Amino acid sequence: MTGLLDLIGALVLVAGTAFLLLGGLGLVRMPDVFNRIQAGTKTTTLGTLLSLLGVALMQPAWSLKLLLIGVFLLFTNPLSSQVLARAAHRSGGDRSPVTRVDRLAEDCGDKP
Amino acid sequence: MVDLLVSVAGVFAGLAFLLALVRFLKGPTAADRVVAFDVLTIVSITGIVLLALVGGRAIYLDVALVYALLSFLGVIVVARYLERGLR
Repeated sequence: MTGLLDLIGALVLVAGTAFLLLGGLGLVRMPDVFNRIQAGTKTTTLGTLLSLLGVALMQPAWSLKLLLIGVFLLFTNPLSSQVLARAAHRSGGDRSPVTRVDRLAEDCGDKP
Repeated sequence: MVDLLVSVAGVFAGLAFLLALVRFLKGPTAADRVVAFDVLTIVSITGIVLLALVGGRAIYLDVALVYALLSFLGVIVVARYLERGLR
């Protein structure tokens, strides 16, 4: 039974790190900074949470500490990405031709 | 089988680290570099947890928690600096 739990945990761990790999790939290939923030932050949040879940399945005694790390990441990761996106928007910078919609400038009059 | 899968997970995390490092070195603007730094630290947290799993030492989880806290603070501080300058 513990062997089966180990196997499931390892599979979940591989799935999580595959999401991390896709996030790194998106970070390299996306055209401008706003797309890179999306690709980098969303995939790494899911990837890290899946990896922590996989390790918790393999080592059930560590579950509490892993849950603490996961909850902390779940709070801080969207926050840091939002602050970064606002800073990138206000500091100007080049945006690619595919980035057309700018709701922050439309709704709040926030100049890029 | 389980050992092989954990090794594959380590290779994937290492490749993600290298790809984020490419963006960190190339990044045309400072915001690109900060995004890459954010991703680098999150991948590092997964790496530390993997190291704890392979080594069988639960003490590394505390290291991962403190690292998550400090990297979050670092990203917030650099983003505030980009937004307003030194004020």
